[in-house]
Amino acid sequence: MVAFLRYLINGISLGSVYAIIALGYSMVYGIAKMLNFAHGDIIMIGAYIVYCVMVYLTMPPLIAVLCAVVVCTILGIVIERLAYKPLRQSASLAVLITAIGVSYFLQNAAMLIWGSNPKVFSSVFALGSLRLLNGELVISSETLLTIGANIVIMVALTLFTGKTKMGKAMRAVSEDKGAAELMGINVNRTISMTFAIGSALAAIAGALLCSTTNPNLVPTTGSMPGIKAFTAAVFGGIGSIPGALIGGLLLGVIEILGKAYISTELSDALVFAVLIIVLLFKPAGLLGKPMREKV
Amino acid sequence: MSERPKRRSTTKMVPMPSQAIIPERDVHDIPVLEARHLGIEFGGLKAVDDFNLTIGKTEIAGLIGPNGAGKTTVFNLLTKVYEPTTGAVLINGRDLHGLSIVQASKLGIARTFQNIRLFDKMTVEENVRIGLHNQIKYDMLSGILRLPRYWKQEKRQHEKAMELLDIFGMQDLADEVAGSLPYGVQRRLEIVRALATDPKLLLLDEPAAGMNPHETEELMENIAKIRDRFQIAILLIEHDMSLVMGVCEGICVLNFGRVIAKGTADEIQANPVVIEAYLGKKKEAAT
Repeated sequence: MVAFLRYLINGISLGSVYAIIALGYSMVYGIAKMLNFAHGDIIMIGAYIVYCVMVYLTMPPLIAVLCAVVVCTILGIVIERLAYKPLRQSASLAVLITAIGVSYFLQNAAMLIWGSNPKVFSSVFALGSLRLLNGELVISSETLLTIGANIVIMVALTLFTGKTKMGKAMRAVSEDKGAAELMGINVNRTISMTFAIGSALAAIAGALLCSTTNPNLVPTTGSMPGIKAFTAAVFGGIGSIPGALIGGLLLGVIEILGKAYISTELSDALVFAVLIIVLLFKPAGLLGKPMREKV
Repeated sequence: MSERPKRRSTTKMVPMPSQAIIPERDVHDIPVLEARHLGIEFGGLKAVDDFNLTIGKTEIAGLIGPNGAGKTTVFNLLTKVYEPTTGAVLINGRDLHGLSIVQASKLGIARTFQNIRLFDKMTVEENVRIGLHNQIKYDMLSGILRLPRYWKQEKRQHEKAMELLDIFGMQDLADEVAGSLPYGVQRRLEIVRALATDPKLLLLDEPAAGMNPHETEELMENIAKIRDRFQIAILLIEHDMSLVMGVCEGICVLNFGRVIAKGTADEIQANPVVIEAYLGKKKEAAT
């Protein structure tokens, strides 16, 4: 029973990281109507920045994460301007292939800068741990922090999109870009903003990921979590904030429980099998609205 | 004394649109819209050709014509959705050349759509507030941190939105989701949303489509009411002739992308060219 609880909490923690990454995918998809496959690699860049600032500049973790957020935000905006914006009117396939290209570019750039030897992440947030049930259930501070960060981010983003001027503009653009533009909303600025927010979240996710489940940082670190977070976004209903949360959490829990009770090797396969089954019955994802046929 | 260099002016001279008509009360103001020799080609096909139209500051004008005449294309040209191949659009005397859709909107041009394009998932009030977007002034920080300035703006915006919704008596619907409203109400909401952008010229694309005669009559009154209250010009595309003839001061008839007639309701109704465009050529009596 205690073991199950431990797996569950680990699953929720991993799922929280997926959810934060999935938000980036989901927001960018919702607003720019494109799949930014380079999103996973932004996570990796963010993690490297955290590592460098902490190890080479010996700064405290909080400053390191802030630096990573700033760098990734700028990186996200620059990538959008240089790679995606010129293709705004092109076929979606062209944008998709460009995104894959950007992904490889970032991985190889990281390889060039930091080499392919893993950088070993010592815990970013070493604060001790929480002991429950007479010390049988130990929850590390990273786990708590990850779950907490996820909650804070979800609440902040929900408030942002629901209440602020920019957030409302984003929702308008995601529903009807043309109409929003005719109402005086600057679509380009809105899309830049979306990339900025998504990339900032990716930086946080990178720090959390490498200090919890994935301590060996290599240039391809971002790709698998990226793909899983994308799965989580589709799973929950792409374009929806609560969808990203639920998709991420479910995926994390399934993965960890699968690893614990079925097979470590099969856990990834299990994750994708669940996705396939969900999509067979709910093609728009758990919280996605079914597509209306426009006549 | 050296010989003066031979200079030849390179100024391109263009013919001015002739015989623009606007209401007498607007003669002393800059016309809100001047379209000069406006034209656009799609792959060699002239969808709109040599379109000239002048609208007075507080005029209600109509743009009519058979299906496929290019009416909505004209709207797209006026709002910068399409870049004209020839000619120019002036809003309040300012050339739209080189401006973006957003900049054109800020100059005071707003529109509704033939097939309603509301933000379906947002509430009625939120839709109106999207229209207010460029009139809100607070930075993102005060938005996220909820500083007093945010609340003040928020309150003013709410009041403004309610005031606008009141035009059509839609205040009670403020919290309804726009996509779930009946068709006629959605059409009205689109007009309110466009009005929220504080336009000088409001373009309505088939505002009476799908309305019954009673609703159309109500709409007609409301169009006049909007003009009187906001002192703006309105240009509408409409197939319902009772509405066009009832409310439009100047009417422009388009056929195959070209203006075939301009004038008041009486002039248009009596114009043989217009009758021919709508009903086809009268057969000559057999001799």
